[in-house]
Amino acid sequence: MTTVNDEAPGTARRSRLQPVWAFCRAVLSNRKATAGALLLAVCIVMAAVPGLIAPGDPNAQLYMPGQGPSHDNLLGTTSYGQDIFTQFVWGARASLVIAVVAGLLSTVLSALIGVAAGYFGGIADGLLSLATDVFLVLPAFPLVVIIAAYSKNGGNAVIIAVLVATGWSYGARQLRAQVLSLRNRDFLIAARLRGERGWRIVVSEILPNMVPLLVANFLGASVYAILTAAGLQFLGLGSVNTDSWGTMLYWAQNNEALQAGIPLWAIAPGIGIAVLGAAFALLNYAFDEIGNPVLRPVRKKRVRGNS
Amino acid sequence: MRYILRRLGFFVVTLWAALTVNFFLPRLMPGDPALSMMARFHGRLGGQALKAMEVAFGIDTHDSLLAQYVAYVGNCFTGQFGRSLTFFPETVSQVVFQALPWTLGLVGVTTVIAFILGTLIGVIGAWWRGGWFDSILPPVFIVLSAFPYFWIALISILVFSIALNWLPLGFGYTNGTDVTFSWSFAWDVLRHAILPGMTIIITSIGGWILTMRNNMIMTLAEDYVRMARAKGLSSARIMFDYAGRNAILPNLSGFGMSLGFVVSGAILVEYVFSYPGVGYMMLQAVLNEDFPLMQTLFLFITVAVLVAILIVDGITVLLDPRTRSVS
Amino acid sequence: MSEAIAEDPILDVVDVSVTYATPGGVVRAVDGVTLRLGRGEFLGVVGESGCGKSTLLFAIAQLLSPPAELNQGKVLFKGRNLVGLTDRALSTVRWSDYSVVMQSAMNALNPVKTIAAQFDDVMRAHGHGGRAEIRNRSHEVLALVGIDAVHLKSFPHQLSGGMRQRVMIAMALLLSPELIMMDEPTSALDVVAQRSLMVQVKELQHRLGFAIIFVTHDMSLVGNFSDHLAVMYAGKIVELGPTKQIFAEPRHPYTRGLLESFPSVHGPKVRLTGIPGAPPNLVDPPAGCRFRQRCPEVMPRCATVEPALYDVDGDRVCCLIYETAGSSPGASHA
Repeated sequence: MTTVNDEAPGTARRSRLQPVWAFCRAVLSNRKATAGALLLAVCIVMAAVPGLIAPGDPNAQLYMPGQGPSHDNLLGTTSYGQDIFTQFVWGARASLVIAVVAGLLSTVLSALIGVAAGYFGGIADGLLSLATDVFLVLPAFPLVVIIAAYSKNGGNAVIIAVLVATGWSYGARQLRAQVLSLRNRDFLIAARLRGERGWRIVVSEILPNMVPLLVANFLGASVYAILTAAGLQFLGLGSVNTDSWGTMLYWAQNNEALQAGIPLWAIAPGIGIAVLGAAFALLNYAFDEIGNPVLRPVRKKRVRGNS
Repeated sequence: MRYILRRLGFFVVTLWAALTVNFFLPRLMPGDPALSMMARFHGRLGGQALKAMEVAFGIDTHDSLLAQYVAYVGNCFTGQFGRSLTFFPETVSQVVFQALPWTLGLVGVTTVIAFILGTLIGVIGAWWRGGWFDSILPPVFIVLSAFPYFWIALISILVFSIALNWLPLGFGYTNGTDVTFSWSFAWDVLRHAILPGMTIIITSIGGWILTMRNNMIMTLAEDYVRMARAKGLSSARIMFDYAGRNAILPNLSGFGMSLGFVVSGAILVEYVFSYPGVGYMMLQAVLNEDFPLMQTLFLFITVAVLVAILIVDGITVLLDPRTRSVS
Repeated sequence: MSEAIAEDPILDVVDVSVTYATPGGVVRAVDGVTLRLGRGEFLGVVGESGCGKSTLLFAIAQLLSPPAELNQGKVLFKGRNLVGLTDRALSTVRWSDYSVVMQSAMNALNPVKTIAAQFDDVMRAHGHGGRAEIRNRSHEVLALVGIDAVHLKSFPHQLSGGMRQRVMIAMALLLSPELIMMDEPTSALDVVAQRSLMVQVKELQHRLGFAIIFVTHDMSLVGNFSDHLAVMYAGKIVELGPTKQIFAEPRHPYTRGLLESFPSVHGPKVRLTGIPGAPPNLVDPPAGCRFRQRCPEVMPRCATVEPALYDVDGDRVCCLIYETAGSSPGASHA
């Protein structure tokens, strides 16, 4: 849903850093974007240097099992005597990596198929669009579950592969639509007249105009990846020995954490997933607003008195 | 009319794709899972069921791939899906048809409620721009919809079932009671459906509210809305008849695409609540490596999704006269 | 303009300004516009793109939407100030006393409702609920614009551009208003359709006696059909007076430039001169006269003193050249 914004007349490109500064200003001026960026930063820190925040082995069964929060264990302990807080911090990495990698690959695949369909048109478009629509409609989650069930214990790589294979279709549709609308614009006709060849035109003329939509796609695909990966891991279809928030939930559910009086075991990873998902979703929504001023929050002003 | 025909054609193609995926999946997966599965039947299969499984999974058969495929497709249309490992000796079709009503009831009804409520709230939210409604609502719902369905389900169990003991922990109805068409049974079913239903509504409504609100805002900027104001029409009429009717159209087309999320959410919610629907059966099948059941469920879920899309398309044709004209 | 009409104006726009907030600052799209319209009069408002003429129209009709707002001035319609009234209060006069015809009929008609339904809406909203009455009136207005009544059942996308525009005019006539405001209704049409529409509008005006405010960028079009002309530039009115007089003797340098950029089909070949330069930035308009940077007759004084509308022989001109010649602003008739 993002639109391409024309630059205000008269602004000269003063330096290479200009767009970066503009970007930062845009993020800071929009409350949702700032919130999303902050949440994301927190998760990134947890993923990058978990040892600094919660030193120790998350899987080490050192403590009394099933305890509530205490001085030693900020969030209590699991049924196996592991520290929930440590597990929580260390779990960030796998969740973030899956989200970003799956999101990126998904966006790349969407871009390849969507742009090819939109640009080349004709039979290629017809076939690619049909394939996109079919994949869009086929229920992804059951398919994902079946494939994961067949290839048990494949680890994160399988999860990522399956997520990408089922998640690319939505983005492809959007990107194709935008390419179609750009295709007949004058600057492209000019490029063709200059003799530039197909793929060169795509890369140097079309793609730069599609950056906002690509970013939106990436953010959306990441949200999809986070939630679906969490679901799969929760069901025990990921590799149950890796540290991630989804697997934490799996073990918590298996040990009936809620009934056993240690709900934090289930609550903490859920909040983690929600925070990561919310971060991407907020950024996505904010970019929509930045690109399309009509959607921005309206602050009502009083009409100055007359009559 | 041509529009509906095109959609029906698409329906058929997608169904065919699902069938084909089902056919090739067991043959492509490493480790030949099909053989090990058949071994677990310990030769208890016979007759039609055995034949059906053989062509579906490509075991013990000397027919060509094409012949198997044709036989498989034929079987699907006649309902020969083999027997379920988990619920032996029930056939897969029996299991599926028992579970289907539960899912259609729970997921179908709540999804429609979420869509309608979400759309209404979105319309009103867009109309009252600048108020607290408009500035608080979007961020709240963005965050809310980022929570995984199943986590909300767990929390609601924690609060309403364990802590407050108001509502049952799970299942479709109280264990041990007979399935009868009586008011007390109906009430029992309803009680058991409240928590899973609320979970689905809470997590999915956010998306509808937000997209409808954004659509409405874009529509309210259109000239024909300004024209409606100029004509002196009442606010209610402009909101619903002029803006709403146009703003909902992209939402409807988005409904089909959102069904993927609905299905995934439904499966997880049924799992957490042990609700005896199609999703729960699917997961039971996964745990027991019951491939016939798994794949057939996938097929039926696909059919359900396609039917839903077709219904929504029908509604779109009714609401948007532009689709009725021949392009 | 005769004294009689001047004393009983149907519309009195007094010192109206419209601003809207942009990231770069506050834009004054319309700056202190005053004009007066008599009953049955045809006023053309011309200017280049971005001069504020459409904004002025919407401001008068109370149809501005945020971020634009009418932050100053009065709009007296038959003596009653419309500014600041709620939608509910306005709904009694809207459409029944004055109506609006917008630029693009495709965008101004609700795509999912039939023409009949859209006529129906208006009639019902103003208390004319009878089915027979609505049907009769709908047929009547369509006949007025020369469209077959069978098209009542059509949807907007099924009609051609010219037909849609005429449907808009028919809709504007539904409640027999005394004033119709038109925002570039002919821009989307070809030249032949344009003229045919204008002739029809003029004829309807003679028959039914309503006043018209006609906003356009096409000087020649409005020159043939209007009684009075208001020329706008950068949010202000720079010349206001009887059309024939302005065409015969344009006084403001901008008006002269406009007239000279339209070639005449008849007559000797004349060298076309445009107006070099571009309109000023409305966030930060230049001091003094806004037109001075493009004016062929600019004087040093123009940079410091902002001209007011000076009365010159019944023509009001916003230019320092006429500062001593005319009377000061505030004269009661245009």
